[in-house]
Amino acid sequence: MTSTRSLFWQIVLLALVIAVCVFPFYWMVTTSLKTQVVALEAPPVWIFEPTLANYREALFDDGVLRTLINSLIIAVCTTLLALVLGVPAAFALARFEFRGKKDLWFWFITNRMVSPIVLALPFFLIARNLDLLDKHITLILIYLTFNLPIVIWIVTDQFRGIPYDLDEAARLEGASQFTIMRKICLPLAMPGVAVSAIFSFIFSWNELMFGLILTRSEAKTAPAMAVSFMEGYNLPYGKIMATSTLIVIPVLIFALIASKQLVRGLTMGAVK
Amino acid sequence: MQNRVSKRTLFGFIGPAVFGLAIVGIAPLLYAVWTSLHFFNLTKLRQVEFIGLANYWEVLTDEVFWQAMGRTFFLLGTALPLQIGLGLGIALLLHQPGLTLVKTLCRLSLVLPMATTYAVVGLLGQVMFNQKFGVVNQLMGGADINWIGDPQNAFIMIVFWDVWQWTPFVALVLLAGLTMVPGEVEEAARLETKSWWVILRYVQLPFLLPGLTAVLILRTADTLKLFDMVFTLTRGGPGAATEFISLMIQRVGFRAFDQGLASAQAVILLIITIVLAQIYIRLFYKEV
Repeated sequence: MTSTRSLFWQIVLLALVIAVCVFPFYWMVTTSLKTQVVALEAPPVWIFEPTLANYREALFDDGVLRTLINSLIIAVCTTLLALVLGVPAAFALARFEFRGKKDLWFWFITNRMVSPIVLALPFFLIARNLDLLDKHITLILIYLTFNLPIVIWIVTDQFRGIPYDLDEAARLEGASQFTIMRKICLPLAMPGVAVSAIFSFIFSWNELMFGLILTRSEAKTAPAMAVSFMEGYNLPYGKIMATSTLIVIPVLIFALIASKQLVRGLTMGAVK
Repeated sequence: MQNRVSKRTLFGFIGPAVFGLAIVGIAPLLYAVWTSLHFFNLTKLRQVEFIGLANYWEVLTDEVFWQAMGRTFFLLGTALPLQIGLGLGIALLLHQPGLTLVKTLCRLSLVLPMATTYAVVGLLGQVMFNQKFGVVNQLMGGADINWIGDPQNAFIMIVFWDVWQWTPFVALVLLAGLTMVPGEVEEAARLETKSWWVILRYVQLPFLLPGLTAVLILRTADTLKLFDMVFTLTRGGPGAATEFISLMIQRVGFRAFDQGLASAQAVILLIITIVLAQIYIRLFYKEV
């Protein structure tokens, strides 16, 4: 059916798309393996002797390791909290009939659309007054503003797909709604819960603005740390790219695991 | 299908989430409204005083604010058509039969840009677009283009990264739409006509519309939110060439320390966002 020539052009185009997507990562990783002298060569060199010095320096001398741990603590805690609060709410949205359900949905949509700077201004003043600046708990709570809607959207969708007969049977046995959710629906909804957890983790891990405004040193997140290398004239490009690589790799692994559900999650279920 | 439950059970399920989101999502907004009605400068905290709507008046008559707003929508108007055009091309390419292995590889590489930390995209931009030792100038045949320091080039660079990061998203959304077209309908259409345009317009487009709607809504929201990537790449400069609305509010609030004025700008941005959300939902979800 398809001619060889059209097949050839298809392969060329596909290879071009792959190259454009992947090249910046290739450049990031190779730059992270360059010494400062090699990194500043003009025009840039493609073949050189790789070194791990940037990683060693960034992780242990500059404290990137601690900021990575901070980011990990914050992302894991906020994800768990979002699940604990969000899963029961998702169950209620999928299973119960109540007034104001539509308004609740609209509230969640707008929450996804609001610019974080709108919240960052008051959060900064509130955190300053309550002595909550530079504390993990502050970011854990603030990240709920985008994680909770994501968890609720994805998990509600998942609960809706579970046959209602199962609930009915359990209710005849005298099980409470909470037992039905925990023992019957939750195990079946696990794929959705896992995907929402991955999303929540990725968004929290990637976040910069709140981390920049609300942390100084103790709770500094990894993206905020990477940005702080950008001060001054002689930028340590190798070190910046090493830190960037360390930040990006866990996210890419998670994203590839969830790649089939990525579109669904990013469009909040609008596209299956 | 669904059941009614007692108020207590219902509250037990949705109460914690609503309470949590109210505390972190609504209380701060009310505080921002309060701040916006005051003269509130971080360097002059002794002089906080109620000044009514003066901050709002200043924002609404401030040329710089509306220029930042216009720049934000200009970015949307430049990047979104590119993303939809390229995304549609990639989706149609991936939708062709055959070459399974290359296509799987391609689909996996499309995931990478979307997941990349926005701040890292900005940092990568600094390295790759550097005038002297950047690889972009090298790949352009040893060009000597000042990307970061020139207003127009800096804007083009921001468009490039926005398109790089979000075209894959548009492509995958549209591909999901294309796979919804029933196989027999598409085959029947292909017997009738050889023109890919006719098939796209009359057979595939209806299935692409929900995805395109989602793209339009989300890209608008994300452009109004855009901060991390631009902040790490240009800080809004040179001059104000890449100062989009979220960056501008951040500058007024945290670099000029005028929290009152910045809060008024934020509240106006919030109102614009909600109005846009309402319009979109009315326009596109009418039939739902």
